[in-house]
Amino acid sequence: MTRYSRDRVISSVLFVPAVFSSILLFVMVIVLFWKSEAILSTKPLVDLLLSSSWRPVAGNFGYLPFIMGTIWVTALAMILAIPISLLSAIYLSEYAPPRIRDTIQPVIDLLSGIPSVIFGLFGILLIIPLIKNSVAPLLGINSSGYCILAGGLVLAIMVFPILISLSFEVFQTVPREMREAALGLGATNWEAVKHVVLKKTYPGVIAVIILGFSRAFGETMAVLMVVGNVARVPSSVFDPAYPLPALIANNYGEMMSIPLYDSALMFAALLLLAIVVIFNLMAQYVLMILRKVE
Amino acid sequence: MDRRIAEERFFKGLMYVSLFIVLGCLISVFAIVIIKGIPSLNISMVTETPHGGYYLGGGGGILNAIVGSLYLAAGAVILATIISIPTAWYLQNFPRSSRFASSTRILLDIAAGIPSLIYGAFVFLIMVFLQTEASLFWGIITVALFLVPLLTRAVDEVMQTVPKKLMDASYALGATKLETVFHVVTKQALPGILTAVLVAFGRGIGDAASVLFTAGYTDAIPVSITDPVATLPLAIFFQLSTPFPEVQERAYASGIILLVIVLITCVGSRYLSKKFTKYCVK
Repeated sequence: MTRYSRDRVISSVLFVPAVFSSILLFVMVIVLFWKSEAILSTKPLVDLLLSSSWRPVAGNFGYLPFIMGTIWVTALAMILAIPISLLSAIYLSEYAPPRIRDTIQPVIDLLSGIPSVIFGLFGILLIIPLIKNSVAPLLGINSSGYCILAGGLVLAIMVFPILISLSFEVFQTVPREMREAALGLGATNWEAVKHVVLKKTYPGVIAVIILGFSRAFGETMAVLMVVGNVARVPSSVFDPAYPLPALIANNYGEMMSIPLYDSALMFAALLLLAIVVIFNLMAQYVLMILRKVE
Repeated sequence: MDRRIAEERFFKGLMYVSLFIVLGCLISVFAIVIIKGIPSLNISMVTETPHGGYYLGGGGGILNAIVGSLYLAAGAVILATIISIPTAWYLQNFPRSSRFASSTRILLDIAAGIPSLIYGAFVFLIMVFLQTEASLFWGIITVALFLVPLLTRAVDEVMQTVPKKLMDASYALGATKLETVFHVVTKQALPGILTAVLVAFGRGIGDAASVLFTAGYTDAIPVSITDPVATLPLAIFFQLSTPFPEVQERAYASGIILLVIVLITCVGSRYLSKKFTKYCVK
């Protein structure tokens, strides 16, 4: 066998794992969809998504409390995390001397490696007592501490590393000469950031934010531990919520004992998967346009 | 002029505050878990399996979960590596701008963004279909599945940073495409590949949501791949859900153990990648 034909043989062997890892996503969507069909055939999709009555024993499956719970917690976390992360990333990319940058970056990597259950522990030990004993009484509200605010705070800390490291990378794509041109015209460092770096990278920053959202949607354990898990549409940040991932994780045990319950939970999984995939596609699309412009 | 300088100062101040918040959060995560966990951390936590009535405050430790997590993460990382590295090799066969390769990369990126819980639910459905019970085997499969996209993309990214000139030199000597990928690209990317594998190991150890459905839970150390297996994050979660304060305190101590394992993985990956960098062409 010549070396070239060996090349071709090995190449076709390598094709197998490559196909396996690329079609995994499709297989998951198909399997979850197939499992969700039972629940989807009971009521029109809109009714399922907009009904707020969740009583599995009576056969009532309304996803609105869970969808709203997910949106509240995720939105709060992102509102808290986006400005802090972007400003940190700007500092690291545009201001920090190399020595400080090289010390802080491993620390942020470390933050991204901490298991989510530890963040949950942190929430229970620090944030919940804080809300229960200080924040809520200060505002005259009675709260157990297990609420959207706690979930949002924990989740915000968890998305710091991904937002910071991705936006740092985006800022680094701006050529140094462009900053120098602005500085040479007498701009202050912040003006160079505002008028050159941010102007040039804002599609990338948007993509980073979308990716951060999709990461935050799926976070399960930490949020589940602090958010209270009450299936009601929340109306303030001091209400408990029940996000979609928590719904799936908490109820898999009894899902085989109630008719349609398994299908209902798998539809929740499909919903979550769909949201994450759509957000990821949006981010990829923005990044693709960005690359084309370059 | 004054206004511009004030603006500069204002935003610079905000940046310091932001960075302070980020670093402060990290430190307080570590500090609070350590402060609350230290009092109930003792040697039997890491040397004994739970005795009868452990979750009511009885004696014993969480050796079952420590060993279980290590088995699970090691098995999953090995399996994921077996799939990921060939996939990354395959992707290197295409020109860096090729449409096939870039769409595969996008697919993998999306798969890497899917919450691990969904992978757990997916494998759970397969298990229900095959009518099997939760076990170490299915836990490994689940974690491996969600590590594959992450690991493939990480390895692929490292391989793509290998300078084109190095590959051209290899082609010029008459090497085929794959020979270049195996002997030049892989060797050059080895430190990065090691880091990626260890980061994946850390993810595997720390993930609880995916194995919730698939690995089961037991107080014994698994002796076969068909046994159910306890994991450290779930041990923390379950101890925390008991109503007894002394058991909850053990959850904090278990948190310290998990943090230590993650830290060792993190430091180890830095050390190994530094050590292997000396075999690379600079």
